[in-house]
Amino acid sequence: MLSIYKKEFYAYLSSLVAYITIGIFLTVLGLFLWVFPDSSILDYGYAGLDSLFNTVPYLFMFLIPAITMRTLAEEKKEGTFELLATKPLTDWDIILGKYLAAITLVLFALIPTLIYYISVYQLGATVGNIDSGAVIGSYIGLFLLGASFVAIGVFSSSLTKNQIIAFAIAVFLCFITFSGFDSASQILSFQSIDSILINLGINAHYQSISRGVLDTRDLIYFLSFIAIFLVITKTILGGRKW
Amino acid sequence: MSIIVKELSKIYDKQIAVNKISFEALPGRILGFLGPNGAGKSTTMKMITGFLSANHGEIFVSDLNINSESIAVKQKIGYLPENNPLYFDMYVKEYLQFVGEIYGVQNLKNRIVEVIEATGLQKEQHKQIGQLSKGYKQRVGLAQAIIHQPEVLILDEPTSGLDPNQLIEIRNLIKELGKTKTVILSTHIMQEVEAICDDVIIINKGEIVANNSLKDLLELHQEKSLEPIFVKLTNQ
Repeated sequence: MLSIYKKEFYAYLSSLVAYITIGIFLTVLGLFLWVFPDSSILDYGYAGLDSLFNTVPYLFMFLIPAITMRTLAEEKKEGTFELLATKPLTDWDIILGKYLAAITLVLFALIPTLIYYISVYQLGATVGNIDSGAVIGSYIGLFLLGASFVAIGVFSSSLTKNQIIAFAIAVFLCFITFSGFDSASQILSFQSIDSILINLGINAHYQSISRGVLDTRDLIYFLSFIAIFLVITKTILGGRKW
Repeated sequence: MSIIVKELSKIYDKQIAVNKISFEALPGRILGFLGPNGAGKSTTMKMITGFLSANHGEIFVSDLNINSESIAVKQKIGYLPENNPLYFDMYVKEYLQFVGEIYGVQNLKNRIVEVIEATGLQKEQHKQIGQLSKGYKQRVGLAQAIIHQPEVLILDEPTSGLDPNQLIEIRNLIKELGKTKTVILSTHIMQEVEAICDDVIIINKGEIVANNSLKDLLELHQEKSLEPIFVKLTNQ
């Protein structure tokens, strides 16, 4: 699995896709946080990174499918999947290697945002006047959110040879699982199960972790979410044999 | 070291691609798979290498069952798939390093040098695979198949796209490898079979229509070359 992980990661680094998507992600994020008056931290007046943590999930909805869309789709299209499948590698080696490489890339996209934390930290009326616990919790939540979106992305990539379709399906699923359930719970006829619906969605658990308290229920949610999508991906890959 | 195939079948919906075929490939001998397009050669090879699952039948590679011990079997096989799929943005040595690591090859750096020399890739070894001509891409495909010194080689049209000089070189390489390994190769080119194969299997429409050593087959049909035999047996 390590060989797959290394190869995938170096492939990301040597292709322009990673640099462009992360570059756009950081640029847009920077604009939202420091330039655009509606969401700018400077105009908001409070020493908090809420703007960051509210905006990034939506940026991830596009960034992560863009990163993961080629991961399995290209292998199937180019025929190189046959190479991997006939090597002494289990399907899990292949899927986890690709999954972890994509997650590492998401981490690389997130790490530069620590500068924002340091900036707000320094800019506070008293230096350090920021709820660091909540920030740590929010970063963990963001990482788990990113990991979940990557699982969706890998799954979508396994469905088709066409990267654009993989991208579209991934964006759709990320959106539905993040905010679709929240919106659905507001429909009057679902009132009796509204709390179930809300808790099926990622947003509820993301908000919960962002408060800075790591509730095991939220952790279990994210891990199960990721596991479900990866298991379905493995089943789909196994289906090639029949 | 030998490959034993028993009653192997592959059915796609209503089409029977491979119909209960049985044969054996022995070490130290090169088995040539001949057949018209769509006969089932590649499908059979994909089943032997574990890419596809058979609907019926069994495959044993060095006495290991491909279904129950697939990882162990795949470790022993070197496979060059049809159309030679490759990662075009990797460099030649980078790619061989990647494949070598998957197989757990010892002394990988030296082995890569050996393999590059054996397949004649010295001049092209620093290029990206996508920049190579077809013949050199084919050699990279062959290099990744032999890098871990497998007991078994499954080569699907290994000389496809090579120019006459390269053909001779690669055929010699395969012949050399065949002395110590079990080799199955598929091809359309009769001269190739006549030049390097010891045994011949002719497949038509998923069924075996000939299964002999090359010499016996020629004697059986009283012919000096394979082409008339091929045409006779596959023209139903």
